[in-house]
Amino acid sequence: MSGPLERLAAARREAVFRLFERKFKARVRITIGSATCENAAGAEKVYARFKALIDERGAGDVALGRVGCTGKCDMEPVVTVIERNTRPFKYGALNPERAEQVFREHVLEGRPVEALLLPGPQPEGDMEDLISRCGDAAERVRGAADLERAFRDVFGDVHFFGKQLRLTLRNCGVIDPESLDEYLAVRGYEAAATVLERMTPQEVIETVKLAGLRGRGGGGFPTGVKWGFAAGEAADEKFIVCNADEGDPGAFMDRSTIEGDPHTVIEGLMIAGYAMGATQGFMYIRAEYPLAIARLERALEDARRAGFLGERIFGTDRRFDIEMRLGAGAFVCGEETALIHSIEGRRGMPRPRPPYPSASGLWGRPTVINNVETLANVPVIILDGAEWFGSIGTAKSKGTKVFALAGDVQNTGLVEVPMGTTLRDVVYDVGGGIKDGKAFKAVQTGGPAGGCLPASMLDTPVDYDTLAAAGSIMGSGGMIVMDEDTCMVNVARFFLEFTQNESCGKCTPCREGTKRMLEILTRITEGAGEEGDVEKLLRLADTIRKTSLCGLGQAAPNPVISTITHFRSEYDEHIREKRCAAGACAALTRYRIDPEACVGCGACRRVCPVNCITGGPKQVHVIDASRCIRCGQCFDACRFDAVLRG
Amino acid sequence: MTDDIHALPQDIVEYIDRCLAGPHGESYLIPVLQQVQNRFGYLPRPLMDEVAHRMRIPTAKVTGVATFYHFFSFTPRGKHRVTVCMGTACFVRGAGKILDRLKDLLGVAEGETTADGLFTLESARCLGTCALAPVVVVDDALHGNVTTGDLEKILKPYGFKGKGETG
Amino acid sequence: MSGRKMIELEIDGVRAEAAPGMTIMQAADAIGIRIPRLCYHPDLSILGACRICIVSVEGMKNPVASCSYPAAAGMKVRTSSPELRRLRRDIVELILDNHPRDCQTCERDGNCELQNLAYSLGVRERYFEGERKRYPRDTSSCAVIRDPEKCILCGRCVRVCEEVQGVTNLSQQHRGFSNVVAPAFDDPMADSVCIQCGQCVNVCPTAAFTERRSTDEILDALENPGLHVVVQTAPSIRAAVGEGFGFVPGTPTTGKMVTALRMMGFDGVFDTNFTADLTIVEEATEFLKRLETGERLPLITSCSPGWISFMERFYPELIPNASSCKSPMSMMSTLMKTYYAGQKNLDPEKIYTVAVMPCTAKKFEAERKEHRAPWGAPYTDAVMTTREFIWMAKCLGVDYAGLPDGTFDSPLGESSGAGAIFGATGGVMEAALRTAYEKVTGAACPDLNFTMVRGVEGVKTATVNLQGTEIRVGVSNGLNNAKTLLDKVARGEETFHIIEIMACPGGCVGGGGQPYPPGGTYVLSPELTRLRAQALYSIDADMALRTSHENPSIRALYESFLGEPGGRRAHELLHTHYEPKEPRGIR
Ligand SMILES: Cc1cc2nc3c(=O)[nH]c(=O)nc-3n(C[C@H](O)[C@H](O)[C@H](O)COP(=O)(O)O)c2cc1C
Ligand code: SF4
Ligand code: SF4
Ligand code: SF4
Ligand code: SF4
Ligand code: SF4
Ligand code: SF4
Ligand code: SF4
Ligand code: SF4
Ligand code: FES
Ligand code: FES
Ligand code: FES
Repeated sequence: MSGPLERLAAARREAVFRLFERKFKARVRITIGSATCENAAGAEKVYARFKALIDERGAGDVALGRVGCTGKCDMEPVVTVIERNTRPFKYGALNPERAEQVFREHVLEGRPVEALLLPGPQPEGDMEDLISRCGDAAERVRGAADLERAFRDVFGDVHFFGKQLRLTLRNCGVIDPESLDEYLAVRGYEAAATVLERMTPQEVIETVKLAGLRGRGGGGFPTGVKWGFAAGEAADEKFIVCNADEGDPGAFMDRSTIEGDPHTVIEGLMIAGYAMGATQGFMYIRAEYPLAIARLERALEDARRAGFLGERIFGTDRRFDIEMRLGAGAFVCGEETALIHSIEGRRGMPRPRPPYPSASGLWGRPTVINNVETLANVPVIILDGAEWFGSIGTAKSKGTKVFALAGDVQNTGLVEVPMGTTLRDVVYDVGGGIKDGKAFKAVQTGGPAGGCLPASMLDTPVDYDTLAAAGSIMGSGGMIVMDEDTCMVNVARFFLEFTQNESCGKCTPCREGTKRMLEILTRITEGAGEEGDVEKLLRLADTIRKTSLCGLGQAAPNPVISTITHFRSEYDEHIREKRCAAGACAALTRYRIDPEACVGCGACRRVCPVNCITGGPKQVHVIDASRCIRCGQCFDACRFDAVLRG
Repeated sequence: MTDDIHALPQDIVEYIDRCLAGPHGESYLIPVLQQVQNRFGYLPRPLMDEVAHRMRIPTAKVTGVATFYHFFSFTPRGKHRVTVCMGTACFVRGAGKILDRLKDLLGVAEGETTADGLFTLESARCLGTCALAPVVVVDDALHGNVTTGDLEKILKPYGFKGKGETG
Repeated sequence: MSGRKMIELEIDGVRAEAAPGMTIMQAADAIGIRIPRLCYHPDLSILGACRICIVSVEGMKNPVASCSYPAAAGMKVRTSSPELRRLRRDIVELILDNHPRDCQTCERDGNCELQNLAYSLGVRERYFEGERKRYPRDTSSCAVIRDPEKCILCGRCVRVCEEVQGVTNLSQQHRGFSNVVAPAFDDPMADSVCIQCGQCVNVCPTAAFTERRSTDEILDALENPGLHVVVQTAPSIRAAVGEGFGFVPGTPTTGKMVTALRMMGFDGVFDTNFTADLTIVEEATEFLKRLETGERLPLITSCSPGWISFMERFYPELIPNASSCKSPMSMMSTLMKTYYAGQKNLDPEKIYTVAVMPCTAKKFEAERKEHRAPWGAPYTDAVMTTREFIWMAKCLGVDYAGLPDGTFDSPLGESSGAGAIFGATGGVMEAALRTAYEKVTGAACPDLNFTMVRGVEGVKTATVNLQGTEIRVGVSNGLNNAKTLLDKVARGEETFHIIEIMACPGGCVGGGGQPYPPGGTYVLSPELTRLRAQALYSIDADMALRTSHENPSIRALYESFLGEPGGRRAHELLHTHYEPKEPRGIR
């Protein structure tokens, strides 16, 4: 009888052999990032072109493959060309034509196309052990001083990756997410096998407690403690659920993690299930994520076929399997009791806690719900040890945090930094600062439950407690950067509109209160704000925050409170002067054409939806202000800065 | 869409039977409705009734569930679905204007279908590709970094004829 | 609570005890601190939706909902503070801001939990007014009117319809601000699986569910000189009507009720108890026939129209088992327009029959096509609920408490104790057993108290030995309990000879048309139904005549008019039939 680790070793040997035959033997390997956003940027077309070129030339010594999310969304599609025994080269923003150039010059003739390479230093490792070295990145980082180099080797582009520490994303952009072989090559399922063979459930729980892992889904609850609660319940059946509902608008960490490395999440779920005593796991994932769903499905099948899931996992007499359930478009279903109701086939309305799911969850059985990123950390902790994991981050927030960096920032994408990194480092170092040379205004973390922090708070370190003290929250990791053209009242209104729209409607304060807050905010942005509106907002905010049933309502007022705290003058300006300095509130914005600057190109006239701009070719154009609906399209369309806003 | 909207297709009936054979059969209501929605583009009333009876879930609960989730619609949609992301990142990057422009181009409000049945205009809350904000999806094709000027070009391959008058 | 260790906690500085699993609210109730509440109902599941019941617990950041938060040892709770009062006030205002400003013209004016809360919590201004939800009133049902604009989404109706009645006609539909309580597809009530039991009306804290009022028609009829207007009162009315005039629950006020009806101008005041006796005689005859042949057993009682509708939609296969007897109300109305008309030499088309019932479903029964006279008019012209009766008495200035006792008119007014107990669950069964005993054994029944079928439990079963003939009887009240019972029969786990089913919890004493109980008591509460039932059993116990077949008026009726029990004439007038109905319920 061989134990789980021995079985795994055998499986890995075969996997590496297959990989060698298929990939490493090739003279040149081309990998293409293929997350949803890369595909949207044309990755599939680039892939197809490479494929056609290879076939055309009969280039049998060139291997073509996909990898998951590289995180560098603004330079997609990202393509890596790896020649044997040389360092890999990373190209960004390829299209089929550029792909052809790369193929001709680099792949066939060995001359890298300098002009198309990602800016910044390129990776420095050689190809032979690239994959496995990346898997061991964490181990290598333990030497701390080597951090930068380790990641440069794998990812290149220090500017973007420099302050990053990719633990949960360790395999994203490195391995083919659709290949169990590649996952096995990077120590995949080793943590699960180790746990099954060498650790009691209690030991796993203690390890995770010791590591200080806190839930990444927003609440920051200590994961080991939660598992311990469920483990301590006596029940005929227990469940573990992975929360991949990722409803925060402006957040895509979980999608990318799953698209880039689905097996890690499965492995984390298995370990969690083992620790708390579940025999059945669920993946609750948004229906809006077709690629992530497809990859998970494939990964589940592969894992089942390999004997990692199902009856008698890893040859032990334990059963564990995972079933997928798709969300159906309800943000509130990210809340754990609503999620439970949704899996049970009911309306996704939260219920009061206690009882907590760890005591009574799915079908009344003890149930643990963990976020994708939380689970993705678990194999790292098992493999590299709780103490090491605990050495990263701050006193009360351990490890790293993945952020989805978006908005008016130069480098948008998926980044992972140690807890305690400052907002400034994330926005300016990793993110490369504000787009189009504009000025920074605010950064929003925590999605609709979070807050907007102004420039003066950029030196706040990102960890659970400091962000909360600053009036925002860590949340699940959406980080939206806003420039000077953003109206903070409008942003508050946007978030309220979101929560109001997503309120399940069960409890009074959230159902009725958010509606009233939205009405007040809307009238302010429409120029009908009244003296006293801000006080009303604050009073409603207080009531809703303190009395709502679930986290959605309790947090709904946060964006309003934080914008009032930090940007009160903008509210007053809207209410008293009926003015929106950012030009974002249509009703408070006027457009006119500067006759000096207008060259009569007609672009504005063509886009105006109400046809209220007149003027012949090469003539100065004029806006009929009485009919203008202030949509701002002319402003965007004019290439001569002749349309004035104010 | 020549499917009969008065009887559940055989494969969905079989799926229901499979679900009911296992534990917690009633918990598959949402997956079943998702299959109907995917097949027909909406949830025809007679089919919701049939689902209720086959799954032995009171009809009021079935419609309660169906009306709770945004994924489900109760009227047929257009041939192509044009979805504008109105998530935070897209909002900050000007999705509002994109939506306005599309309303204008298609001559419909959000949630409506053009008179020729070609397009249904919808908004979404984050498609997870925020880095490409603002994002517009036509059927399954995702377009990132969209400007108001791109929209006509994006819609053309789907049979968009132009706004009628271009000024 | 026995054996389990009690928890000690402190509420507003007062020491309180709670059994494990008890909520803060229950612990507070026990020491006389009444935390304001709206969605909570002790006999329904916990929802925690309205948030009015918030209290603060020492050491916790935010207030918690006391209706759902478990009491814990050592907990220090405050149920009132300036902040809590402000929060509660704001929550109630938020409800009111989305609610019609209709109180003066509202059915529930003066008897509305929302109104009371708004008053007691001191909502005197509106700070946050805005858009209000707009829905048409759903007046499609002949019994139950739905006014979603007045709904505050407490979910009690949804829960009672599902958890107590097993009908699940209602669910919250849509989401968020658009949430609305409605039948499937937002259909009108008339096209739904609703069985008109009126329990949603009973539990609704506002006027979002009300009965369809018949009082205007009745008042008009009373003023019409061309009509002879007669009224009958159901067995259970007398046990509850006093509550509307300040009597404590469980006080029978039969005599005052009769006098009040006379003062209102009815030309004849009759007692449904009389036809309850008649029902027993017919049903016992039917039962014995089936017992002989062994066919269509168990016999299932048919006097509860809520149950009949339920059967037609949810258990159509049981239609052959249901007794074909009309309900006491319909028998009475039929007799009024036939027998009584003949006696009084009145044109039956000029007789206007009114029934005072504990029941909204009776309005539906009255409209059934099966209960129409050959000339097309319904036998029962109007049904008013106990609540409507109370309102009408107040409207007409009747000073109920001070009224002298009156007596029912004859001959349709004389009844036995058996008829009286019809209003409580198990009552029909007991009445039937008293008569069956004699019919089966030929001997007088030594003990008329079949106590094994008494009590407000949801399901009662017993084996009754009628001197050698063993009869298995089943009794249930609340349709969810009926389901439990019937499903056992369907699965072959139980066999019965006769089953009594009452749609409403506790039977008609807990009917959907009974008075809204005084503040602090709850409809559905077993305590309340027990008190009302007790009133009926005390009436029975005080009577000399306690079996239906011995009622001399009944005997006379057969002799002079109906002929044989179960005979041709009786069949024509006193029996009916049922049909499966769409939409079919899902059980
Ligand atoms: C309105 C609402 C939405 C939520 N959405 C998510 C979500 O999309 N993903 C997630 O992991 N957690 C979400 N949460 C948090 C979960 O309820 C839960 O705390 C979390 O999944 C627990 O996992 P963790 O301990 O691993 O963080 C949400 C909470 C609320 C109140
Ligand atoms: S806070 Fe909002 S989302 Fe949560 S239960 Fe209440 S109404 Fe529903
Ligand atoms: S703002 Fe819009 S409506 Fe006004 S002129 Fe410009 S394009 Fe036309
Ligand atoms: S787009 Fe600008 S330059 Fe062209 S006509 Fe309009 S205002 Fe003038
Ligand atoms: S339901 Fe109550 S609060 Fe509403 S209008 Fe009627 S009496 Fe007033
Ligand atoms: S309670 Fe007030 S508002 Fe109502 S009728 Fe009396 S005075 Fe008028
Ligand atoms: S009357 Fe009875 S069956 Fe009808 S909705 Fe109300 S509770 Fe349900
Ligand atoms: S109708 Fe009445 S009982 Fe039902 S939810 Fe509305 S207010 Fe509550
Ligand atoms: S139990 Fe009584 S009140 Fe209830 S439906 Fe039946 S007859 Fe009416
Ligand atoms: S490349 Fe955009 S999220 Fe991965
Ligand atoms: S906000 Fe638009 S894709 Fe995320
Ligand atoms: S009574 Fe507690 S929340 Fe409604």
